[in-house]
Amino acid sequence: MVPPTGSAGPDPDGTTLPAAAVPGGRSASGAVPPVWVRRARLLDADALRRVHTRIAHEIVERNQGAEAVVLVGLYTRGVAVARRLADAIGAFEGVTVPVGALDVAFYRDDIALRPVQPLGPTEVPVDVTGRVVVLVDDVLFTGRTVRAALDALTELGRPRAVQLAVLIDRGHRELPIRADFVGKNLPTHEDDDVRVRLAETDGTDDGIELWSPAALGDPGADPGADPGPDPDEARP
Amino acid sequence: MADLVIRGGRVLDPGGERTADVRVHDGVVVEVGEHLTGDTTLDASGCLVAPGLVDVHVHLREPGMEDAETVETGARAAALGGYTAVVAMPNTTPPLDDPTVVAAVLAAGARAACEVVSSGTITRGRAGEELAPMGELHALGVRMFTDDGDCVADAGVMRRALEYARALPGAVISQHAEDPDLVAGGAMHEGEWSSRLGIPGRPAMAEEVVVARDVILARATGARLHFQHISTAGAVELVRAAKAAGARVTAEACPHHFTLTDACCATFDPVFKVNPPLRTDADLAAIKAGLADGTIDVIATDHAPHPTEAKERPFEEAPSGMLGLETALALVWEELVRPGVLTPLAAFAACSWKPAAIAGLADHGGPVAPGAVANLCVFDPEHRWEVAPERLASKARNTPFAGRTLTGKVRHTLLRGDVVVRDGEAQR
Amino acid sequence: MKHLLSVGDLDRTGIEQLLELATSFREVTRREIPKVPALRGKVVVSLFYEDSTRTRISFETAAKRLSCDVMGFSVASSSVTKGESLRDTVQTIEAMGIDAVVMRHSAAGAPHRVAEWIDASVVNAGDGCHEHPTQALLDLLTLRHRIGPGLDGARIAIVGDILHSRVARSGAHAFAALGADVTLVAPPTMLPSTVAGWPVTVSHDLDAVLGDLDVVYLLRIQRERQRETRFPSLREYTARYGLTVERAARLRPEALIMHPGPMNRGVEIAAEVAEGPASLITEQVANGVAMRMAVLYELLGAGGGHG
Repeated sequence: MVPPTGSAGPDPDGTTLPAAAVPGGRSASGAVPPVWVRRARLLDADALRRVHTRIAHEIVERNQGAEAVVLVGLYTRGVAVARRLADAIGAFEGVTVPVGALDVAFYRDDIALRPVQPLGPTEVPVDVTGRVVVLVDDVLFTGRTVRAALDALTELGRPRAVQLAVLIDRGHRELPIRADFVGKNLPTHEDDDVRVRLAETDGTDDGIELWSPAALGDPGADPGADPGPDPDEARP
Repeated sequence: MADLVIRGGRVLDPGGERTADVRVHDGVVVEVGEHLTGDTTLDASGCLVAPGLVDVHVHLREPGMEDAETVETGARAAALGGYTAVVAMPNTTPPLDDPTVVAAVLAAGARAACEVVSSGTITRGRAGEELAPMGELHALGVRMFTDDGDCVADAGVMRRALEYARALPGAVISQHAEDPDLVAGGAMHEGEWSSRLGIPGRPAMAEEVVVARDVILARATGARLHFQHISTAGAVELVRAAKAAGARVTAEACPHHFTLTDACCATFDPVFKVNPPLRTDADLAAIKAGLADGTIDVIATDHAPHPTEAKERPFEEAPSGMLGLETALALVWEELVRPGVLTPLAAFAACSWKPAAIAGLADHGGPVAPGAVANLCVFDPEHRWEVAPERLASKARNTPFAGRTLTGKVRHTLLRGDVVVRDGEAQR
Repeated sequence: MKHLLSVGDLDRTGIEQLLELATSFREVTRREIPKVPALRGKVVVSLFYEDSTRTRISFETAAKRLSCDVMGFSVASSSVTKGESLRDTVQTIEAMGIDAVVMRHSAAGAPHRVAEWIDASVVNAGDGCHEHPTQALLDLLTLRHRIGPGLDGARIAIVGDILHSRVARSGAHAFAALGADVTLVAPPTMLPSTVAGWPVTVSHDLDAVLGDLDVVYLLRIQRERQRETRFPSLREYTARYGLTVERAARLRPEALIMHPGPMNRGVEIAAEVAEGPASLITEQVANGVAMRMAVLYELLGAGGGHG
């Protein structure tokens, strides 16, 4: 039930889905686990800081201030991103934006298809009714996590509006959901894995990388835990 | 009438073991020797040719519980197990406390695959209070008297029964030794496993209290007393001491009590529920030691069929008892003979001629010699087979050995010269 | 995890994971709308062969807060009283299309048998004198929120009719699994003939162990045991084993008091003690729903399910 902090494989907070749960995805259970290869370093710590700052400004601009805004992060990394956005807004607007944490496990539509465990208790410090809730997550993929979040949010009250902020939009939506604030749009293959590292949740330097399963005869393919020389740099 | 020759086996009877063929004519053994020929032959190569087995303790459930077993099906199971005589226990409905009921059981057994002898109850209705008409039952041939299923708990009643039986030649009082107050509500052996499983226990002391008391009563009355299904180390020791002191007591042990322990109950499967209950490893070892030194005289199955649905209840609510007739001799071979606890001769003594003597059955238990009634068992000690409940001849399926592969199987059984089991198949 | 039959089915990690899950459900049960859609469409049958309004309501509430459909099976008005075998009953129920059976039975091991006969998950809600695993888990959940996640070194005495107590069997193993030192306190007539295989020590003298305890766990005394000559009288039982006001005063100040309910006030526990600040009895009941939500969710949702 503790979210894996390692690198390889699916991330249960919904950033990526295990291959078995993705329609048309690779079979995970029973098959030989794929060898993961890092394809690209997308954002480093500096770039991420700029992304946070930009999104924070966009939120304030869109909502003509931050007074009615509640930032609600989706476990696990969405909560950390929400706190960073709140800090940024506080720095340039001089207001304290409430930050909540939302667990969507019990609202997911894939319970019983795969192990779905809560990642932490839902804690939203203010009544959301009448406010603008900005849901915050690290990666937007199929949209199913956000769909579950909208249901979970409904149980807490009736916001005036709900907006969505993500660091990465990697496409492949399975539901009619769109982000209001996006750090970086990233075309990916369905089987790819977008790996987000944040100091608060991962105990490492910030960074976002794109990994994918190695194809047969892929040069430089090696296990994900220790990527070694960056295969991306080795390519022309 | 045609001659039948059992050819190629090793003859084993109270006189010992030798390679010989056996010629049977008109229900009687007429010749034992080498290279015999006859009109028909039974192949006994690799087999022991021995007197048929005798089981002094089986439940045939007729009358009253024919959905579990009948005299016919129980006798067929017995024949497949190598038995040529069984003593039917009296806890039927109505019980075998009345000459008409006993006569009906004997009549049902007349055409069966095995000789069916009736026991009689000690007390009316097995209620433990008034004596049953033991004399009338004796006149019908009853020799073993027991309230089996229940213990004769009242010491006064037990004393009178022992005294009264002395006037009935060959009669033996047979006790299910478990004090009913000490086992009240119990469903398995009281010990580490019952403690863990939360199943009410039947303590060893319940058996030992009654054995100790009845040894005193037997010595004081001078009567013949037989202890059924001895299961605890303490009870074995009490019987050993009683015999040394000259009491006229005999004792039986059941295959499940030298094969299985209370740990089986951890499955909560009532197929392992039996009275007295499966005990501990130490008790199991004591039973084997008691068999080895003759403290325990005979092996009886306590064959106790129950319909499948009766065992599809929770452990505490299911009836007690397990099948035994079709697996007994193989278990004796696996657990006692192969490990050297008993010689083949001692094993057959405990399964054939000693129980025949206790039950007063002159036509059973050998010897395999000219003039003897041809009640014979041909046993292949090397035959491997898997216990498949659905293939048992018994009407019931409650064997605790389901799925177990056993080595040793009865190939042929002859009842008064008739081949009732041929190549492992019942003929009646 | 397919079934929850015994505490022994879980190791320390498994117990801790269930408690972690239950902590999330504690938050859910405190919401204005204390319900989540997690197990929509799942059908849970409560099959109680023995009356227990408290446990039954707790399970049914847990199932409903997970959006399960709940079917109550009333044994008294059913074919069970017409002699139908347990196997026939549960297979008939299963044929109606169910996902889990929550089962209480007066005989030990009944849920274990049922688990062999049907494909649905089976939750043991108390089987004879054997086990009551969800009671032990909710007790752990209660202690976790009072004295921290582990019980390492905590001294817990379970006092009363251990022999006939499924709460004691589950509790002793669960407390010990999380590191507690467990002492069983009872007259010899209310203890099993041996506690070999139990992770406990035994005492016949409550006063001797009282002053060292972090938790006193009292069991309900069944009056019918007096007829079985397990003890001479309720008065004598209270005098020797009851948590009276005087005894409670000799407990360490931070010691906690638990009872699975329903209580015999004035017998195993004085009313003032049951309602005092050291008592966790109300919290135990409140935690029951969250703990049972965690168990049902683990069996029907989180584990990947079977349907």
